[in-house]
Amino acid sequence: MLKGGGSEEKSGLAVDSRGHEVGSPEEQPPAVATSSLEVVGSLREYANSLGSRLKSGETGILPVLGALVVIAIIFQIETSKYLSGGDIVNILAYASIYVMFGMAETFALLLSEIDLSIASVGFVGAMVMTEIMTYPNNWPWWVAVLIAMGVCTVIGIIQGTIITRLRIPSFVVTLAGFLGWYGFLIFITDIDRSALGGVLEIPSSNAIWGMVSKQMSPAAGWIVMAVAVAAFGVYTWGRDARRRSQRLSAPPRSITALVIAGVAAVGVLLVIVCNFNRGTAIQPEKGMPYFVPVVVVIVVAWTILCGRTRFGRYIYAIGANPEAARRAGVNVARVRTAGFAMCSLTACFAGILYASREGSMSITVTVGSFTLLGVAAAVIGGTSLFGGKGKPGYAVIGGITVAAMYWGLYLLAISADGTDMAIAVLLVAAAAVDTVIRRRRSTSAV
Amino acid sequence: MSDVQEAVAAVESDGPTAPAPLLSLRGVSKSFGPVRALTKVDLDVPAGQVTALAGDNGAGKSTLIKTVSGLWEPDEGDILWDGRHVRMHGPRDAEALGITTIYQDLALCDNLDIVQNMFLGHERLRRGLLDEGSMERSARETLESLHVTTVRSVRQQVGSLSGGQRQSVAVAKAVMSRSRLLIMDEPTAALGVAQTTMVLELITRLARQGIGVIVISHNLNDVFEVADRIAVLYLGGLVAVVPKEEFDRASIVEYMTTGTLERQPGRETGGTPANAGGRN
Repeated sequence: MLKGGGSEEKSGLAVDSRGHEVGSPEEQPPAVATSSLEVVGSLREYANSLGSRLKSGETGILPVLGALVVIAIIFQIETSKYLSGGDIVNILAYASIYVMFGMAETFALLLSEIDLSIASVGFVGAMVMTEIMTYPNNWPWWVAVLIAMGVCTVIGIIQGTIITRLRIPSFVVTLAGFLGWYGFLIFITDIDRSALGGVLEIPSSNAIWGMVSKQMSPAAGWIVMAVAVAAFGVYTWGRDARRRSQRLSAPPRSITALVIAGVAAVGVLLVIVCNFNRGTAIQPEKGMPYFVPVVVVIVVAWTILCGRTRFGRYIYAIGANPEAARRAGVNVARVRTAGFAMCSLTACFAGILYASREGSMSITVTVGSFTLLGVAAAVIGGTSLFGGKGKPGYAVIGGITVAAMYWGLYLLAISADGTDMAIAVLLVAAAAVDTVIRRRRSTSAV
Repeated sequence: MSDVQEAVAAVESDGPTAPAPLLSLRGVSKSFGPVRALTKVDLDVPAGQVTALAGDNGAGKSTLIKTVSGLWEPDEGDILWDGRHVRMHGPRDAEALGITTIYQDLALCDNLDIVQNMFLGHERLRRGLLDEGSMERSARETLESLHVTTVRSVRQQVGSLSGGQRQSVAVAKAVMSRSRLLIMDEPTAALGVAQTTMVLELITRLARQGIGVIVISHNLNDVFEVADRIAVLYLGGLVAVVPKEEFDRASIVEYMTTGTLERQPGRETGGTPANAGGRN
């Protein structure tokens, strides 16, 4: 499971990369002759700087990776069938919902804000989509998805505008949104007479139904993975080699090779796991479900958005020092509003994944727990509650950790109350790690 | 007040005027309600020199730099930039002219690295995405031109830098955006001895590159170390602008605390234009 998650994040990077940069011989050879600043370090220098970064608290996803390994070992010992192939795909389906809610929350957390309305807004989007593409409307699924995305984005803009223009704390506005949009969800479902008991079934012929419940052939899974990993490898190697040749800071060759090899290994493991037979001998069910590449593409897109665009850069700047961003000419209110819009839009994807997994939408959906699990996925993954630190990809690890906990506790036949308490402990532990790291940073950076 | 005016008149320069100063203030006044923060200040800031602004708390130093950096518009008086009248309606206007102010808090983002901080708000794009390579090259060139080589890597997070290094990054950011006038508010206030030396050397180097620098400092050691000219404010009025060589510490302190000079040390303005204001 651990591996699966990593691959989602990293092999995804590959897909993006193909588009730009790869193979485009950039500008001229190095203009700077010699530099007194460190450029291309040796492996040892790299390890040294990595070590000092770790010591000063830039641990990234290391703590949660460790936690995930420990969780996997403990549950494997306790239940012996924890790490069996077929079930892992089911866990990944659950995890993808937490991952997506976690990525949504990441936008708010990076801005040093919080959004407690993610689940309500996401499920409003899912319900809107389901209403539009089922009886009696029966519109195409992609139109329904686009409309749902639009609705959620508008909700995000409304909340973001209230937060930034009226200067009401995001905690209060989104807490109101948590309640209000859930009411709105019931309201729109009540209008539809065909939604008996507030439940709308998605027909199995619908593409959204198939996203989680249908899969590509095992061979197709290998091909998709190979293409993605190859693209990632070519892009990463090409970029680092070019940066080295231009005397820009870049990791040593061995590290680049190691990263690519790691991503390839994770991709191979993911495909192997997905190609286990989850069905029966007579009716085999194996192959990579379609939601996996969908999630990977979104993770990659959001990683680029946060890491390689002005909008992303400004989110980090505002999260750390809004005054500095303002003085640098950043339109802080607009970027923050857009951040909340991105948060709600990503929540919409989570809602759609949920509807796809359940094969239906219902007004009895547990909004509260999904909200908190979204926050948990982001924070457990290593995104700071204090703003400006974290990545969308961290939510992949965080979401998988949450799902792994749930699955293990379920196998141990722990009741729902015990499970909730265990997840709460995990969330507080992650927040504690975040706080301790932050304190260490602030004392070490004098 | 009459004492002050006499003193001011005495300092007034009649030396030959060098090429038009970078920035000139003419009769600039600013009031906040009944409080007169600045009274008819005349000040010339030449390029390639460091002008230190001295004065006790409440003398109007902050008001003066906030006026020059476009935060506040003066109630009366003119601001001339390259000899032309300018009106600044906000910090963006000042920045567009080439005036950058570095406040004590430096306005850096600890979670971003040096390159990212230096380009914040002015990121270069390539095919819609951030052009990290080009930005890193420029950042490194700028840092090297300022001889800032104590940082391990330009990809280091600013949060992990020392106070002097952070100050250097803030300065380099201004230099890279082609600022022609740099205003620094207490650049050495929070620094240790070695760091202070490093920043003062940096300021000297800036001036040598032809940039006009205004430094506000409480620390007279630093003022004498780095300044070419010293301007003293007292109760909102400019009481003296004199080349450093013609001041001694005692007379500066006297100007800062009383606004006038009892004993008159031999003073002759050389080729340096030294203006004083406050006449009515």
